[in-house]
Amino acid sequence: MVETLSADRPPARIDDEARRTQPRVRTGVHFMLGDHACAEGALAAGLDFFAGYPITPSTEIAEHLATRMPEVGASFVQMEDELASMAAIIGASAAGARSLTATSGPGFSLMMENVGLAAMMEVPCVVANVQRASPSTGLPTMVGQSDILQARWGSHGDYGIIAYCPASPQECFDLTVEAFNAADRYRVPVFILMDEIVGHMTERVIIPEASEIPHVPRKKPDFSPGAKRFLGYAADDDLVPPIAHAGEGYKVHMTGLTHDEKGYPAMSPDTHHQLVNRLVDKIRLNASAIERYEEFELDDAEVVVVSFGCTARSARRAVREARAAGIKCGLLRLITVWPFPEGRIRRLVEAGKVQRFVVPEINLGQLRREVERLTNLPVRRLNHAGGSMPKPDEILELIRS
Amino acid sequence: MSAIDITLKTAANEHPIDHLLRADRLPHILCPGCGIGTVIHGYAHAIAASGIPEDNHVCVSGIGCSGRAAGYVNVDSYHSTHGRALPFALGIAVHRPELKVTVISGDGDLSAIGGNHLIHAARRNVDLTVICINNFNYGMTGGQVGPTTPIGARGTTAPEGAVEAPFNLPYLAKATGAVFVARWTILHVREFQDAVLRAMQKKGFCFIEVLAPCPTSFGKSNKIGDGLHEVEIYRERCRIENGAANIEDFDIDLVDETKPIVVGNFVDIERKIFQAHKR
Amino acid sequence: MNAATAGAARNGTASTWQIRIGGVGGQGIVLASKLLGVAASLYDGKEAVCTQVYGPEARGGAARSDVVISEEPVDYPFVTEADVLAVLFPEAYSKFRPRLRPGGLLIVDSQLVKAADDEENIIRIPATKIADAVGNRMARNVVILGCLIGSTGVVSREAMVEAIRNNMKPKIVELNIRALDAGIRFAETGELP
Repeated sequence: MVETLSADRPPARIDDEARRTQPRVRTGVHFMLGDHACAEGALAAGLDFFAGYPITPSTEIAEHLATRMPEVGASFVQMEDELASMAAIIGASAAGARSLTATSGPGFSLMMENVGLAAMMEVPCVVANVQRASPSTGLPTMVGQSDILQARWGSHGDYGIIAYCPASPQECFDLTVEAFNAADRYRVPVFILMDEIVGHMTERVIIPEASEIPHVPRKKPDFSPGAKRFLGYAADDDLVPPIAHAGEGYKVHMTGLTHDEKGYPAMSPDTHHQLVNRLVDKIRLNASAIERYEEFELDDAEVVVVSFGCTARSARRAVREARAAGIKCGLLRLITVWPFPEGRIRRLVEAGKVQRFVVPEINLGQLRREVERLTNLPVRRLNHAGGSMPKPDEILELIRS
Repeated sequence: MSAIDITLKTAANEHPIDHLLRADRLPHILCPGCGIGTVIHGYAHAIAASGIPEDNHVCVSGIGCSGRAAGYVNVDSYHSTHGRALPFALGIAVHRPELKVTVISGDGDLSAIGGNHLIHAARRNVDLTVICINNFNYGMTGGQVGPTTPIGARGTTAPEGAVEAPFNLPYLAKATGAVFVARWTILHVREFQDAVLRAMQKKGFCFIEVLAPCPTSFGKSNKIGDGLHEVEIYRERCRIENGAANIEDFDIDLVDETKPIVVGNFVDIERKIFQAHKR
Repeated sequence: MNAATAGAARNGTASTWQIRIGGVGGQGIVLASKLLGVAASLYDGKEAVCTQVYGPEARGGAARSDVVISEEPVDYPFVTEADVLAVLFPEAYSKFRPRLRPGGLLIVDSQLVKAADDEENIIRIPATKIADAVGNRMARNVVILGCLIGSTGVVSREAMVEAIRNNMKPKIVELNIRALDAGIRFAETGELP
């Protein structure tokens, strides 16, 4: 009935008493929309601040948080555009907030300006991009996976980045939690590259007890404010510097300009070279700790399907059916597309069993390019520009061919 | 800081705002005759006089000469991207409402590339103090015209003189919802400082335009020889009209020497301040 | 063929049900599919995925909501060949009928949709009339759900009741359980309340 509630949301017109008793972590088993699972994951991770601009197909994240954040005493702001949204979450994070925005392709493009700022200032934050068919306005309500390279290279200049690709509502929850932890651990902007199908899919989501939600704190200064000058850009061996927040007394300075260890503008080629290399290396050299992927039937595989997001669901079915038909076939499902699990692909190639790769994706070959640069083996592609996801039969056909 | 502290420090040959400047960043990059230093000075004095703990002051700026202000004040300070100082500051102010966040940026940063954020921050009535340093042009990039360049004034992108109607910034701020609106010049050091102090002590979106010379860029294109020359223009043509209601009439015309430049504290009203949807 | 003799539609290849509910905005088809998913996924120990069509396509004309229910994790989330198609709107019938697999079960609200005379595996249920009889025609979607589970057994009545209890406002729970039971009864016996 129209006035009833959707299956995974608290009542819209709930009384004040009930509202106050809504927990931050909704421990339990739910039947939940992917977008809502992302929002709940953010809340479970300790989300303090959301700024966003509504855009299909990510709107349900903002709508859900607009209801949920006041319940847990966190701040929800609908901004005037995506430029402002991205800037606002960086500002809030610089003041200590775990902060999130959610968008889709056109908004993601606008955010690129300040993604660069977050990378340069090394301010942790999380951006959920529910991908739709692009470029430009494209197909707003239909699926795409074509922001993969934009996620890696979208803002000008060189910098390291982390991007997760959930394939189910459960992963929308789990990987959002992980995204916040990775952002704080490495002082970087982190992307959750969802897609319309995963975002708009409803499936079982298990939310653990609050005490079981992993929490990685930010690395903080190891002395009291005023004891000495805080160096917010003097990195430790892991290439990640500690961070101090606005209002803590450390008199920080952060800038998008090339800067020295104090954070002060330092306009020299040497400083620049050193800084930018560290921004890239702190992800590159920590990649093995960041990378996440799932292996399915890979041990003896001669055909390896490399896939991610919603497409990986079809890929898994195709691999099952291929196996049933006696084909030695496996799936490498990327959970992080960035950093790209280069080492795993190289090891597969070096092991000598693989004869070819198959890369289905809802774009015209963005991930295939990454696989191709790591191997001379044939890389078969299955590309659709967007609007629908590859069917298992189509992938199976490519596995057989 | 109490008056006694200030006296003692002065006696010890330390200026009362020394510690509010990042001395290790001096000398600054600003040109001789530039008005931005005076603005920073006024801001620092207002911090000292505000009664708000210094650790609770935060300065955010955008890009351009004025955007460099954040880099010289010894409070938590953020030099954000071009035009985005206001939303960046909103993030801080909303997450930590006990902090006193001041945005210092230029006319181009705040009203051209950041114009959309300006009107929406004012509409929301976010608790921010905004100091908009108006030097009538894009100074850092060499003197291009912008949305505050008076008609007829020259810039490198309008060699025959600007033809577009400029913004009257106080009017814009008032119309879009600011609760405190002022315009001063760097000649009006005390008045400007007092306006900043009032803004800091007020809740809501406070907008202070401060006219400042840019002899290197704007001055050179417009036969205003040096900083002092422009300050003389302020002295000759400024008329103080505190509380004036008709600020829509207060366009700045630097070409027509008969027209006054009206300055003052124009708006001081109460309006519900922005709060995120917190319980 | 009447309700009592319409065959339950099983997908021959796997223990998977592909169910599509078609209608028009405001009929509660998204909620209906979600209740089905909740019942299967949370209370019947099965796997379930719901998807809907969004945007302009979902406004005005025929809208649809898909549920795939399986004993195993569901990979591909959409209905390729429906085992069951339930329609509450004429345009939804013409638009989605081709997606029903040969031998699949068609359920129509007989007051809203005139199905072709030569439909073989069909239940024509006066769902609006039944909903009126149990208290409110807005419960039409749940009458259809009752008919669907009563004729297929895809989820248990108990699981559906739990889904209704936990996802509807308390004051309309009993009404919807009556609607569910009336739908099940019609599927089993062809009787009206």
